[in-house]
Amino acid sequence: MADEILELNDGTDDLVIVGIQRRGVQLATRICALIEESERVRVLRGSLDITLYRDDLETVGPRPVVGPTDIPWDIDSRNVVIVDDVLYTGRTVRAALDELADFGRPAHIALAVLIDRGGRELPIQPDVVGKKVEVGPGERVDVLVDDIDGRTAVIIASADGATPR
Amino acid sequence: MTSALGKDLLALESLSSEQIRLILDTAEPFKEISERSIKKVPALRGSTIVNLFFEDSTRTRISFEFAEKRLSADTVNVSQSGSSVKKGETLVDTARNLEAMRIDMVVIRHGASGAAQFLAERIESNVINAGDGMHEHPTQGLLDLLTLRDHLGDLAGKRICICGDVLHSRVARSNIWGLKKMGAEVAVCGPRSLLPNAIEEFGVTVFERIEEAIDWADALNVLRLQLERMTAGYIPSSREYNRVFGVSRERLDRAPRDILILHPGPMNRGVEIDSDVADGPHSVILHQVTNGVAIRMAVLYLLAGGKPELAEAAKGGRT
Repeated sequence: MADEILELNDGTDDLVIVGIQRRGVQLATRICALIEESERVRVLRGSLDITLYRDDLETVGPRPVVGPTDIPWDIDSRNVVIVDDVLYTGRTVRAALDELADFGRPAHIALAVLIDRGGRELPIQPDVVGKKVEVGPGERVDVLVDDIDGRTAVIIASADGATPR
Repeated sequence: MTSALGKDLLALESLSSEQIRLILDTAEPFKEISERSIKKVPALRGSTIVNLFFEDSTRTRISFEFAEKRLSADTVNVSQSGSSVKKGETLVDTARNLEAMRIDMVVIRHGASGAAQFLAERIESNVINAGDGMHEHPTQGLLDLLTLRDHLGDLAGKRICICGDVLHSRVARSNIWGLKKMGAEVAVCGPRSLLPNAIEEFGVTVFERIEEAIDWADALNVLRLQLERMTAGYIPSSREYNRVFGVSRERLDRAPRDILILHPGPMNRGVEIDSDVADGPHSVILHQVTNGVAIRMAVLYLLAGGKPELAEAAKGGRT
């Protein structure tokens, strides 16, 4: 995925990688580390919490705790890559695009996700995909990362969470 | 419709320590929004909030208004003068008429203790108490807690002394409840005539001399001498009050440890606090004001949301 992101943006000039809270941030950190290792440059990195931009605030409560948004770079005219763990309905990405627009006007925004599970409700498609999986609407895809979950894995579970497959 | 805080925010006395912690933690990310060049998120888009201020206020009213606007809510300000309150309309009638115009929340400041609760029991909208008489001023208490936590870390075991006109102060009551729930040790200091009779029943230490308070405390919350509420002779004169209880640079220089100075404003410079203290290195007074917007955003955000039955349905399969 790191290579594909480099290819997509013609290298690291003007590249900013932005992870969506929470697991997208961990993935963004990893992707940045890989790029930094192979290209020997520093990659600008940020994080977004899209809770306040959701279109379903009325329905998600009790309110999730809002995480920090941290975009310390001027993103005007840069190439921004949004990183998230699972792409499903596309509503999270829609919110992330809205939030980014409040920070500036990037030259180009791309989307990189580890898992594309289908089921889109909006016309949003990823540019870089780790793996595409077919999952029914009643099932859940959980990406586990070291820093939060203590291990790295992708788990597909039925809605009640009882039978991982 | 119940949020994590219930329908209304009326007092800190009725909140659990978990609820207080939730508000403080939620305020953290809201601090950042006020630092952006576009200081606005769409979280409360479409909500209508009425700020009903029956008493004068600059800080609290403007702070609430900024908080509402930065969450994209639509706001209307109603004050006593220039409204039908002047013609003798009752509080409930005013609020019911506003509600008939389909509003979502009311922020109320009123001179009578219990006014916010009285209103909350009679209207459907969420009610936030922005100060009721001598009862409570919960968002001020919360922003004081946030400011103290920013500087002192976890408040458990920290020593906070509330100084001055405790008798007339709703800020003092909210502070005492909030601080006790967060595990802090609380004291009050002031002339006996300005301390409530049974103040010890709050579980606070009482200092008769400001020097003792400075010697003991990690932070002083210095209250305004509320001269407008003093109808009887509580103190001989402002000048004598300053000489005996004023927080001066000279007194702070003798403090055994770093000490924070808070003040809810507006200050009477040269009465309860000297100018070189208010503008000096111990003062976090303007930090309190900055935190006030974040705290009020957190309260509005938490009260606005959360229908648990829909939440269950929404959880399945969301990413």
